[in-house]
Amino acid sequence: MDKNGVIIQLEKVCFAYHGGNNVIDELDLTFHQGDRLGIIAPNGSGKTTLFHIIMGLLKPCSGKIEIFGRPVQKEKDFHSVRRRIGLLFQDADDQLFSPTVLEDVAFGPLNIGKSKEEAISISRRILDFLGLSGFEDRVTFKLSGGEKRFVSLAAVLAMEPAVLLLDEPTAGLDGHTKAKLIEVLTGLDLPYIVISHEYDFITAVTGQIYTIENGKIFLDEELHVHQHEHVHRMGKQPHKHI
Amino acid sequence: MIQEPFAAGSSLIHRLDPRFRIVLVSAFSIVVAISNHIPALLSALAVSIVLAAMARLNLKEVLKRLRVVFWFLLLIWVVLPLTFEGNSLYRVGPFTITEPGVLLSIRITIKSTTILLALMAMILTMTIVTTGHALNLLHLPEKIVHLLLMTYRYIFVIEQEYQRLLTAIKIRGFRSDTSIHSYRTFAYLIGMLFVRASTRAQRVHHAMLCRGFRGRFYTLARFKPSVRNWVFSILMAGVTAGLIVMEINSYG
Repeated sequence: MDKNGVIIQLEKVCFAYHGGNNVIDELDLTFHQGDRLGIIAPNGSGKTTLFHIIMGLLKPCSGKIEIFGRPVQKEKDFHSVRRRIGLLFQDADDQLFSPTVLEDVAFGPLNIGKSKEEAISISRRILDFLGLSGFEDRVTFKLSGGEKRFVSLAAVLAMEPAVLLLDEPTAGLDGHTKAKLIEVLTGLDLPYIVISHEYDFITAVTGQIYTIENGKIFLDEELHVHQHEHVHRMGKQPHKHI
Repeated sequence: MIQEPFAAGSSLIHRLDPRFRIVLVSAFSIVVAISNHIPALLSALAVSIVLAAMARLNLKEVLKRLRVVFWFLLLIWVVLPLTFEGNSLYRVGPFTITEPGVLLSIRITIKSTTILLALMAMILTMTIVTTGHALNLLHLPEKIVHLLLMTYRYIFVIEQEYQRLLTAIKIRGFRSDTSIHSYRTFAYLIGMLFVRASTRAQRVHHAMLCRGFRGRFYTLARFKPSVRNWVFSILMAGVTAGLIVMEINSYG
């Protein structure tokens, strides 16, 4: 990490999918230690693409990326990035790989060279922290949507990352589970970037909210979050107004 | 849905080192597959039944899996006795049931049941991750190990996507018939399934890379080296050698 506490620095990064226009166009982003940053932007504006560029899953066509003060370019450079930045995928089914919860959470620690005993103890500690103790032997694909989300979060946290990237963590969650997620995130001692479509959620867990437009990211201070008290039938059920 | 009904257990076979099990059952299966002597094959079948009993497999689950080959075998019993050339055993109108045809069908039936039972007892009694780990340790090419594990893990997800697509076309009033529209719709369906499966595979691979995956699988299951491994291996190797001897002796 460099002196100013800059963790992620993107400079004039461009990215285009085969034969398309630039989804990301000369994008600049500086992310500091301790930052909690939200991104709200329309579908297809390149939010997920941005995360995948930071993780080295997609290669930008031009621009410079520095992570923890070191330039990263090749697949090999990203190995250490992936150990220290945890990405929570949009679809938990993509992430849950092993048949049982404990095996899945231990998958990361084992990959980075932890012993069996260490991997098991880390996994149990994280599951416990997320209120998932007793889930160790549950079968991953039989979990409910909310449980899957928390288990995949456990899997990311088990890598003991220094930063989190969360890609629509509330997708498909009910109000109660969402509240629990807010509690967990705000209680973590980690900087993170959150992509979400939900203003309530994003304001609860982040300080600054950015948006992506025409391939560039900027702080959108014109957004005003507001609340109304209102009454209607089925108002007790978790729901959204768009 | 992936279910591993046999993987949980504490029988003698469950506690054997997975590498030993893979090597032993592979050797046994190859010998069974190339044997022709019916008494040797029947002995092999008996060995498989003993193995399944030792692994304490649930009979109902075993029969459910054997049913899959049953349909294939039925087809063989219908076709081979009628089409194979040789001494006729029985004649019905224009059809002739031949002796070599019937013998071949018997052999295929015994062989497939034997191999399937042995694999259930020896391989399905470990979790898929353990299998992958053991194959890594046996120095099998990583690509083959990945292909095996990924197919196993995601076949269910792909099946779900197929069902979803099928529902999507059904609720819009699609009925399958023999029209060109019907064939085209099925072609789109299959095409879409391939596209979805491939993007899914890419996302899964990305998620694995993010968690430090470098091509090797690790298992939390613990298999202590023990005398039991060797005793069982020597017995199993002896049985396999015995089958080879029976087969060779049958040539006179």
